[in-house]
Amino acid sequence: MKEYTYYPGCSAEATAKGLGLSVEVIAKPLDMKLIELEGWTCCGSTPYDALNELESIVVAARNLALAEKKGRDLVTPCSACYITLNKANIRLEDHPHLMAQVNEALAVINLEYHGNLRIRHLVDVLVNDITPEVIATKIKRPLHGLKVAPYYGCQLVRPHFGTDDTEFPQSLDRLVECVGAEAVYFPLKARCCGASLIISEEKLALNLIRKLLDNALENGAQCIATPCPLCQTNLDAYQSRVNSTFKTHYKLPVFFITQLIGLALEIDPIPLGLNTNIVSPKEVLNYIYNPITHSTTH
Amino acid sequence: MNTFVEEVAATLGGEHILSCIQCGVCTGSCPMASQMEYPPRKIIALIRAGMRDKVLSSSSMWFCLSCHLCGCRCPRGVKPTDLAHALESLATQHGYRVKGTRTPAMYHSFVGSIKANGRVHEFGMMFIFYLRTNLLAALKMIPVGLKLFLHRRMPLMPRKVEGKADLSRLIQKFREVRGAQ
Repeated sequence: MKEYTYYPGCSAEATAKGLGLSVEVIAKPLDMKLIELEGWTCCGSTPYDALNELESIVVAARNLALAEKKGRDLVTPCSACYITLNKANIRLEDHPHLMAQVNEALAVINLEYHGNLRIRHLVDVLVNDITPEVIATKIKRPLHGLKVAPYYGCQLVRPHFGTDDTEFPQSLDRLVECVGAEAVYFPLKARCCGASLIISEEKLALNLIRKLLDNALENGAQCIATPCPLCQTNLDAYQSRVNSTFKTHYKLPVFFITQLIGLALEIDPIPLGLNTNIVSPKEVLNYIYNPITHSTTH
Repeated sequence: MNTFVEEVAATLGGEHILSCIQCGVCTGSCPMASQMEYPPRKIIALIRAGMRDKVLSSSSMWFCLSCHLCGCRCPRGVKPTDLAHALESLATQHGYRVKGTRTPAMYHSFVGSIKANGRVHEFGMMFIFYLRTNLLAALKMIPVGLKLFLHRRMPLMPRKVEGKADLSRLIQKFREVRGAQ
């Protein structure tokens, strides 16, 4: 069993509850031990980085110092935490003077950071450590060619902290396919959902969401799967706002990729947090649970 | 600080502005360029022309979504996303009041929530944001908020976070360290 220090991020316990729940229940069957970092706080966040980057780095550094002591890779399922923590890590490495100041401050809470932590995204771990090939051997209920639009969002692949391509990535496609689903062609798979500007500049963000939904549907997707808590919230919770703003009729379920993997592992919908998904996933569940009805139509 | 270019180049995120060749790949890649008075290429040109007030009072960088498409495509290693954040930080530090965007108010509400709770409490953050900007706009958002709440995704009360007190002490100490140097 591979062991990791686990950093859920704030949204995994609230707006992206389905992410937090599904990650926890799929870990064991996939032979991952995720040990939650005790006493973790906010990663530093994009808004904090925008208003005061130095302070946001020190907020990140507390988590980095706590995690470094554990001696394992730090894994987060949140794409925003992933880049905030990585960016802080790189700033500290590049600027020894800043590292010294941060450590002087960390000393008041008896912590010290040496810059020896690797921060990884859960998708990276699933693809490169656990591997799609091994996940495929654990699948109990294949998803029968369910057509899935793999939606990466931005921060899983940009800036380039991982190994995937920044414009036309493949890692999530492989996860979708290893559970027996079909990853449809999805040219906008790594384009922005509007991020937190959904709150401050709603109309602009809704327009980006509309393009994504449209692009997934025109390529035949029955649903979208994403690892990112903010992307899922924007596409799922704001889909009705897209409909009322643009007079559209989208009803496209948006899953966390970890929920789809969980369904293929034969985990029930409730422990996977599917009851927290806002656009009803019922049709997709029917499709998965009743392979006979549609196998005759193929 | 001699010039605005040097001031920006000395910030984290502004380091690469002298490498820019004004090719415009950043602006061509930006999903928000059409909303910006000064899209990324232009804002770099303005910085290099020393137009400090024009740049720092602009709403342009506040439309950045941090999608990082610009920086990944830049042939010269400029990182316009990081530059946008550096400009936002400078504008905030120097008390520029920006018109035409609600994003600064949202960011302030977000950071306030982190400082108060140790982690972001989304309901509280949004509540403060609408109080600061437009309470009537909050009415429009009730259906979305209610859906999130009914699907157990919008806890009304913040969690008790173990590291909260340590985080406050850390930020306080960091300010002292920075101030002393």
